[in-house]
Amino acid sequence: MTAHLPILIVVLPLAGAAAVALLGLRAGRAARGLALAILAASAACAAAALAAAVRTGPLRYFLGGWAPPWGIEYVVDPLAGGMATLVAVFALAAAVYAGPFVERLRPRDAGAFHAVYLLLTAGLLGIVVTGDLFNLYVFLEISSLAAYGLLALGGGRSVLASFRYLLLGTAAGTLYLLGVGCLYAVTGTLNMADVGARLPGQFDSPAVTMAIVLIVVGLAVKMALFPLHGWLPDVYTYAPAPVTAFVAGVMTKVSAYALLRVLFFVLGLGGAASDVLPVLGWVASAAALAGSVMALAQTDVRRILAYSSVGQMGYIVLGFAIGTPLALTGALLHVLNHAVMKACLFLSAGTVLYRTGESQLHGYEGVARHMPLTLGAFAIAAASLVGLPPTGGFFSKWYLLTAAFDAGRWPFAVVLAVSSLLSAVYMFRVIERAYLGEAPEPAPGTAPPGEAPAGMLAPTLALAAVVLLLGIFNEQVVSHVIAFALPPARGH
Amino acid sequence: MPLPDRLPAAILVSLAAALLIALSGRRPNVRESWTFAAAAIKLLLVVSLVPAVARGEVVESSPLALLPGIDLHFRADPFGLLFALVASTLWLVTSVFSVGYMRAGGYARQTSYFAWFAVCLSATMGIAFAANLVTFFIFYEILTIATYPLVIHFRTDEAKRAGRQYLAYTLVAGQALLLAIAAVHVLAPGAEFQPGGFLAGRAGTPVLAVLFALFIIGVGVKAGIMPLHGWLPAAMVAPTPVSALLHAVAVVKAGAFGCVRIVGFVFGVDVLRAIGADVALAIAASITIVLASIRALGEGHLKRRLAYSTIGQLSYIVLGAALGSAAALAGAMFHIAAHGAMKITMFFCAGAIYAKTHLEQIEDLGGIGRRMPVTMGAFAVCALGLAGTPLLAGFISKWNIGLGAYQAGHPAFIAVLLASGLLNFAYFMPIVRTAFLDGEGTKPDEAGIALALPLALTSAAAILLGIFPDAGLNLYHLAWEAARQVVSPDTRGVL
Repeated sequence: MTAHLPILIVVLPLAGAAAVALLGLRAGRAARGLALAILAASAACAAAALAAAVRTGPLRYFLGGWAPPWGIEYVVDPLAGGMATLVAVFALAAAVYAGPFVERLRPRDAGAFHAVYLLLTAGLLGIVVTGDLFNLYVFLEISSLAAYGLLALGGGRSVLASFRYLLLGTAAGTLYLLGVGCLYAVTGTLNMADVGARLPGQFDSPAVTMAIVLIVVGLAVKMALFPLHGWLPDVYTYAPAPVTAFVAGVMTKVSAYALLRVLFFVLGLGGAASDVLPVLGWVASAAALAGSVMALAQTDVRRILAYSSVGQMGYIVLGFAIGTPLALTGALLHVLNHAVMKACLFLSAGTVLYRTGESQLHGYEGVARHMPLTLGAFAIAAASLVGLPPTGGFFSKWYLLTAAFDAGRWPFAVVLAVSSLLSAVYMFRVIERAYLGEAPEPAPGTAPPGEAPAGMLAPTLALAAVVLLLGIFNEQVVSHVIAFALPPARGH
Repeated sequence: MPLPDRLPAAILVSLAAALLIALSGRRPNVRESWTFAAAAIKLLLVVSLVPAVARGEVVESSPLALLPGIDLHFRADPFGLLFALVASTLWLVTSVFSVGYMRAGGYARQTSYFAWFAVCLSATMGIAFAANLVTFFIFYEILTIATYPLVIHFRTDEAKRAGRQYLAYTLVAGQALLLAIAAVHVLAPGAEFQPGGFLAGRAGTPVLAVLFALFIIGVGVKAGIMPLHGWLPAAMVAPTPVSALLHAVAVVKAGAFGCVRIVGFVFGVDVLRAIGADVALAIAASITIVLASIRALGEGHLKRRLAYSTIGQLSYIVLGAALGSAAALAGAMFHIAAHGAMKITMFFCAGAIYAKTHLEQIEDLGGIGRRMPVTMGAFAVCALGLAGTPLLAGFISKWNIGLGAYQAGHPAFIAVLLASGLLNFAYFMPIVRTAFLDGEGTKPDEAGIALALPLALTSAAAILLGIFPDAGLNLYHLAWEAARQVVSPDTRGVL
């Protein structure tokens, strides 16, 4: 059973997508049940694979029995296992939250929604577990195409936003593919481990330099790394809340994961890859500051959160750029922390939108009085975003700060501190209005908006609790999972 | 309960109380009983540590690994215990006053008020017992956040402005502190507070100077070192018990406490002397003492005058730390208790007057001394004490700091203390004069037992501490013990 976990993680949602689509034609409700069951099973497989990988080392699975480098290989090492678990659990949580949203769809559309949702999940999980560079491209496209469809469900402006993402995402995917092509031309293989083994000695080749640049730029677009973030704010703003929470929580992180995988595991930081890091460091610093500054200028809470994601991606890439084990620990922990807090924030904002129809800042006046639990979750996640102890965000920031000082890169530490303060300002603007603002009188004959329905509240509160638990018990996460997920010592 | 477990218990008891308070909002008497129960238990737990610590035993507990190589680590050393004793004693007293004050005013949102108050006290205990910088920082930031809802309690525009100003000052300071702590962690991995400091020889002078500046910005905002003091007078918009306990004891003393911790237990006096930071800090503290006193002279609003007085008095502690000799440190540490008892009394007085008469401007207080003789009597006693009159608590700390200035070879700072004493007379005595000699004569009419009793008790404590500084809780002994450890770490018993 354990041997088959790597493939099960991907095949369950992939095959499930087809089944749910068919079932959805007849019974929308049953389709939702099946989709949730598949997501739960997939999450269980990912968690089991993670546990096995931490205990006994990477799980490898040869597709069709073809051993690499001829066949495609799936590898679940602790890094992939952790990432897959994160993706699968988030897929499940956001799907649970989507309940009230789905009920507003026609039954037939509900089936389609869940099918595409599973497809997106399968794509993201595929990126994470595959050990093959070209196969990664395939899953990148699967996830992107599914994401375009889901994001466009918001209607109105979301269609246009999604189309923009389609154009940029396709271009980015193509850049990545060209880069992989270059690597293939030099090494004659697509298997990640194999490429990694054959590259040393080839680093002087211009094709390798070209490949690195293409892959980094392509993935930077997919992860919305400033200044290539243009597609993100509109997409996050106009997409339906459950989709945004899932996408904002993990989709850009999966691309960041792909970057980490290629830079540190495949290229091993040889050749031009080591020259990329200083550049990435300054780009990431700019991202951390610019994202926060742009978030300050927004009046729509979802846009504030979207630009905040641009800034927070800067934190993660900053960790990659410093590149020491301590920094990568911080970056990976922040992948986890940011996924949890940003999903929590988007779910809360989505709930407010669902109840009050408001997502503008001024619409948040006094909303905490009617929805204390939702806004409580929002405040906890916001504290984590700012990096206040004892939430999770504080601890990932701590690793990044000490890593920056340790590597003698103190300007990066200053960037982190300044960005934290900026995020405190933009989060405070929302929270102050929600708690201290005067709620408008409800129109005659209507009740004031109440607390969210249980199905929406439960995942939101659960995520807020996780934000706190990840803070208090971060040492457990680091020493039991992330310590195993770090790349091998830097080779040159 | 074994001694080490009492440290986390003292922190958690008010956190648990905060939850219970939040859940019993519908029944005010039940709600208030949680506050009293938690305050009493906390005080008992803290007091029960005194004999062991006074004997020189180590009481410590690390319930949780925070980060690789860094535990959530609590330790009751003499200095931390001193602060914990002051805060937990005064919380119990303040709780009586709070109930009287909030009910007399019929204010809204009392549940949230008492809940956040309890959270603040948890954080204060965490700060007092923190054994390393990361633990200290976590509770320091929790205190920052938990105080905010109390500052904006009345939800007026003025309160909201004060709240924003407060967060702006404290969050910026928090990031400065965090940068410094992260850098120190890289220079001295896993280091814990250690009498005499642990940074000697870990880095060159410029690095240490920058770090020290960041640390002082970090703790200086809460300690009100000028020009980082701006939030404190603005925060007087909070309900008076908040000003009394948080803006005279817990929050601002957390800053002053942190300052002594940084000077004595992170850098060490010798390192500061080597980089010249001791004189720089002493001068900054002196300027703050004099300017804040002058500023207090011109302030017509009673609570704001008290706030400026607090800013000046806090810098006594900073000055004592900066001078770094045994007597100066002991005086600084004892001043945490002395100033706490006296200034909380004066805020209680301001609160009792406001609850009774709704007067806040000093010029309107004519005759209030004849109307409320207990209240204004207590006020007068503590005013004399803050000015440094012998036989009152303030004299003990001031004498020691002055002596310490001489020991440290900087007798010039004695002049600052003398000038400050005169200025204290100058800005407090007119209040007392107005209260007793001006206005119409009226019959005594105090503000009610819940308001009058606390201020009578704390002013009695100010007298008691002035005559028997070791009475009851061994505060003076603890201060001297801690100071000796810092000055001559080699001869320390155990820590």
